[in-house]
Amino acid sequence: MPVEMITGSQAAATAVQRAGVDLVVAYPITPQTAIVETLAEYWARGELGGEYVNAESEYASLAYCSGAASAGARTFTATSSHGLAYMHEMIHWCAGARHPIVLANVNRAMGAPWCLEPDQIDSLSQRDTGWIQLYCANAQEVFDTILQAFALAESVLLPCMVVFDGFYVSHTYEAVDIPPRDTVARFLGPSCFAAQVDPGRPANLHGLIGAEAQSRLVLSRHRAMERVWETLREINDRFAALFGRSYPAVEGVACEGAKTLLVTAGSCAETIKSVLPALDGTGLLRLKAVRPFPARELRTRVEASGAETVIVVDRNCSPGLGGILAQEVKAALYGAAAAPPVQNLILAGGVDLTPWMLKRILDGSLFTGGGGPDREVWGVDLA
Amino acid sequence: MNLRETDSGAEILYSGHSACPGCGAALAVRYFSRALGPDIVMVITACCWSIIAGGPPLTTLKCPILHCPFPSAASVGSGVKRGLEQKGNRDTTVVVLAGDGGTFDIGLQALSGAAQRNEDFIFVCYDNEAYMNTGMQTSSATPYGCHTNTLPLPRTKERQKKEIMRIMAAHGIPYAATATVAFPDDLAQKFVKARGIKGFRFFHLLIPCPPGWGAESDETIRLSRLAVESCLFPLYEIRDGITVELTYRPPQKAPLEEYLALQRRFSGLERWQVEALQHSVDRDWERLLQQGEGAAPF
Ligand code: SF4
Repeated sequence: MPVEMITGSQAAATAVQRAGVDLVVAYPITPQTAIVETLAEYWARGELGGEYVNAESEYASLAYCSGAASAGARTFTATSSHGLAYMHEMIHWCAGARHPIVLANVNRAMGAPWCLEPDQIDSLSQRDTGWIQLYCANAQEVFDTILQAFALAESVLLPCMVVFDGFYVSHTYEAVDIPPRDTVARFLGPSCFAAQVDPGRPANLHGLIGAEAQSRLVLSRHRAMERVWETLREINDRFAALFGRSYPAVEGVACEGAKTLLVTAGSCAETIKSVLPALDGTGLLRLKAVRPFPARELRTRVEASGAETVIVVDRNCSPGLGGILAQEVKAALYGAAAAPPVQNLILAGGVDLTPWMLKRILDGSLFTGGGGPDREVWGVDLA
Repeated sequence: MNLRETDSGAEILYSGHSACPGCGAALAVRYFSRALGPDIVMVITACCWSIIAGGPPLTTLKCPILHCPFPSAASVGSGVKRGLEQKGNRDTTVVVLAGDGGTFDIGLQALSGAAQRNEDFIFVCYDNEAYMNTGMQTSSATPYGCHTNTLPLPRTKERQKKEIMRIMAAHGIPYAATATVAFPDDLAQKFVKARGIKGFRFFHLLIPCPPGWGAESDETIRLSRLAVESCLFPLYEIRDGITVELTYRPPQKAPLEEYLALQRRFSGLERWQVEALQHSVDRDWERLLQQGEGAAPF
């Protein structure tokens, strides 16, 4: 298979092109812009396959996708930070309308003040909207996850957000296996989910309903989220058979017998993986899926490892509560047999996780020396 | 041409809908959907029509209705048309239906974006000159001298209504037209014409709203007619943002006062304000006449 040196953004765009998308709607924002620019190049060369539209805002981009998806089209848009926040109303709407849209979000901090660094607060702020959220750690995973996201979204009829860190993933050149379009087509055929808008067939789509009907619809989305696990497993099996790679909802590295388990989502996992061999008794659990949240699997793996401490690395913070992933991990471990204390390294603002920082938190002095079970440490204080 | 010639014969609006008695918005949709025929998709943003359309699974219209969030109407409409095309359907007419709030205010950015890209659908603004679905609050389409629930007496609107037709003309769109339910032939002919044009088409419909305007429910047609006869709301069309053509010229200009007196929303107007309003109507009419003769750019 052809290996190319490309960035995470180019990997995202190339995956969208290979996926045979019907419509891309574009609006620029740093650090996402390279995705829509790369797609524009495909389009200008006549290689996109579908249509490409320049919208007047991120809100319009997602609204545009929503209209096209209701007619049965496979749609894609990409954004970041303020763009994602600006879409918020449409993000809810698309989940409620069950549009299988795929959106790439490149993590970036939220203002004020302006900050371009890869804080994950933008996508985590959207975790209650009913979108599947899949976090990627490197460019290859971005490419593969976008293909999987279309298959997954169209199968369970939920929109899917593919999330990766700004700059560390979006702008870093890596070697990426790029299968040709006809090979990809064996994994992902043209879109075939049912159109909601079907001319000639009267229907009152997404009109006013009462509390009970709304409750049933929310329940059906909740149930659809549960179907993600089974569907994702099948998709991974098919994907692995064709391309030799797969991405479980929770990735475990050196967990067995580990005293300390690090838990994170996104590219921090790559840094952790690179130093794990030098850290005795430490393992990694990487959250690939954040919505649905793999609570059962996480609990099982923490229990099986027998770990004494869990340290969640959060490149975000919910002020007044702490790192968001740490809260989710605590909730998942509540009631587990001998649940270990959950401690929190917070890198809000997009602070880089360095091997040196990891060594310091793992040498025992920061968390275990005097800190309570809920101890949190800010990475910025370690610098 | 008369209604019989422009009528597709397809009754798309079912009876038994939930519009208020005398609602101009229900009537307008009935007229234009009959003119357009059954192969339409109606995209409806938050407005009175969100309610008139009925609660699913019931429906008021015999065509697909797609509801969408308030600011998104023109973007969703663009997407529906593009999506249908991608799926091989090039014929269905997509109509976006929005009130004045969804057009002049919260929907303006999406509207401007879609118009600038010359997206291929018909945008219909039914303008009842305030947020009526929420019970008569001020919008930028609310006229000078009017009071509303968010601009109560003794205050009245001090600024004039936004000139949406000039804004749309400035986008250079293929077709824009005004119409009212008191002139159904004119309205139907314009929609039939619009159906045959490719690209962005815009309609500004003045819609009497009996409860909001404080008028009797049997005065809807009379109010629509007076708005046109007084030259407050002239009937015209604009091609490519340049060529303006009046489609009706009142034989004799009716005094504005008659129109105002039928509506309690103007009860706070003082004499001098009525004169000021009459003056601005006269000025705008003169300007339009010149443009209709090609004398001045719109
Ligand atoms: S409030 Fe006015 S526009 Fe709305 S349904 Fe009633 S009459 Fe029609």
